[in-house]
Amino acid sequence: MDTGEHFSPLQRGLHWLMAAMVVAMLFIGIGMVSTLHPRFLTLIAIHKPLGIAILVLAVLRLVVRLRRGAPPLPADLPWWMAFGARASHVLLYTLLIVMPLLGWSMLSAGGYPIVLYGPIHLPQIMPHDDTLHAILRSAHTWLAWLLFATILLHVAAALFHALIRRDGVFQSMASWRS
Amino acid sequence: MIGLVVSAGAAAFAYTAGWFSPNRLTPERMVDALGRRGGDPLGHRRNHSKGICFTGVFVANGAGARLSTAPMLAAGQYPVIGRFAIATGNPDAPDATGRVRSMAVRIVAPDGQEWRSGMNDSPMFVVATPRAFYQLTLAQDIDPATGKPNPAAMKQFLASHPESARFAEWARNAPWTTSYADQTYNSLDAFRLIDAAGQGHLVRWAMVPTVGPHIVPHAELAALGPNFLEPDLKRRLAQGPLRWHLVVTLASAGDPSNDATRAWPDDRPHVDVGTLVVQHAQDEVDGPCRDYNYDPTILPAGIQPSDDPLLAARSAAYAESFDRRTAEAADYPRTPAKPGGAH
Repeated sequence: MDTGEHFSPLQRGLHWLMAAMVVAMLFIGIGMVSTLHPRFLTLIAIHKPLGIAILVLAVLRLVVRLRRGAPPLPADLPWWMAFGARASHVLLYTLLIVMPLLGWSMLSAGGYPIVLYGPIHLPQIMPHDDTLHAILRSAHTWLAWLLFATILLHVAAALFHALIRRDGVFQSMASWRS
Repeated sequence: MIGLVVSAGAAAFAYTAGWFSPNRLTPERMVDALGRRGGDPLGHRRNHSKGICFTGVFVANGAGARLSTAPMLAAGQYPVIGRFAIATGNPDAPDATGRVRSMAVRIVAPDGQEWRSGMNDSPMFVVATPRAFYQLTLAQDIDPATGKPNPAAMKQFLASHPESARFAEWARNAPWTTSYADQTYNSLDAFRLIDAAGQGHLVRWAMVPTVGPHIVPHAELAALGPNFLEPDLKRRLAQGPLRWHLVVTLASAGDPSNDATRAWPDDRPHVDVGTLVVQHAQDEVDGPCRDYNYDPTILPAGIQPSDDPLLAARSAAYAESFDRRTAEAADYPRTPAKPGGAH
């Protein structure tokens, strides 16, 4: 059943574009830290500019979401599911913005140049400091696991709406109709 | 159905992370192996663990600009933070046990681009691949029964790696000296310089010293005590700066780009692109090189890694070593500032 209330085309476009980018980013990230193969250099060269692109899009998306809002959840949704939906979305938006900033900060604290492409690089946003680097570096890893787990939960919930509840929540983001 | 999708996603992630691949050569396994050569040196680099920082400048003469658009090859003067070290896993190793000495540099251009390079004083590297380097490292594992590496393991490694024979011969026969200052430091790995027309040039480079070697029999080094390299460097720098020429060697057709165990013939064209001026030395514990990772793939536009498989492996393993030691700062405490001291 499709109740007809949808996210705007811009919101849906951003969602699916970013879904592909973020999943690619997580796999690139976990793949590159576990290999000595020459593909390491290719992966890390993609990881940095892709992360910054996600940061820019996530901020844009948050602005759109705050202005445009989201379709209401079905009225018959149990309170704990509604709470879970809200909490997981706050967490997703937070992580999409925090993860790139953490990556950028951790490279700054590690004294690394933050190269996007060729001569194009970003300024340092943290002081060069070993202890700070260590904290940010491990936060980047742990929050990546949290982000991946949250995305799995998000996918499971979306499929639950689509296949079991059939309440239009899935269609509000998945529909091709404008 | 939902469970299937979620499990498949989690399994794909775990596979990518290497959880199902116990034989995959990961940075973690590489650095673990380096730390098993006799006491994991917490807080220190896991290899080239004993070293000293230096600062200076790179004075480019402009001759490199026709080969590469790298900003620090345009005529000018660029700040350098560097490090001399011996290739050991033990920060307290006697200097006479360091067959390989190394120089690392970080050259910074005015726009913030960086060129980092870690170079060794052997004319070739000991292995050609990360896998072989891992096996070589395993062969240096300390045997708990003797407290020393098992000589049979090294014999077996050399027997199964004929490409390491050239390095082994150098290690046996090369003269020993008493100084970091008189050594030639080689990039070993190949790189590609990209010129203004977008043309690539396959190169290796070396820091060529300007002081003659002070050769001594190895037996005499022991008499100098466990630490003679750092005092020698400080003594020399107290007299004035030390200089090296940065010499770029251009490959000819057929010269290997992906095999660091094979030095290129001496008759290849050399281009002297400038002078490294080493001005001051400072102990690593409080020195400016301590918290830099001399990852050889940190390069400006105009210099690219070649297909040498060691480069990616060095980058990945150095990052792992760096991540560990920055988290272990408490194990390598800085000197507390002296009360009322002029700092």
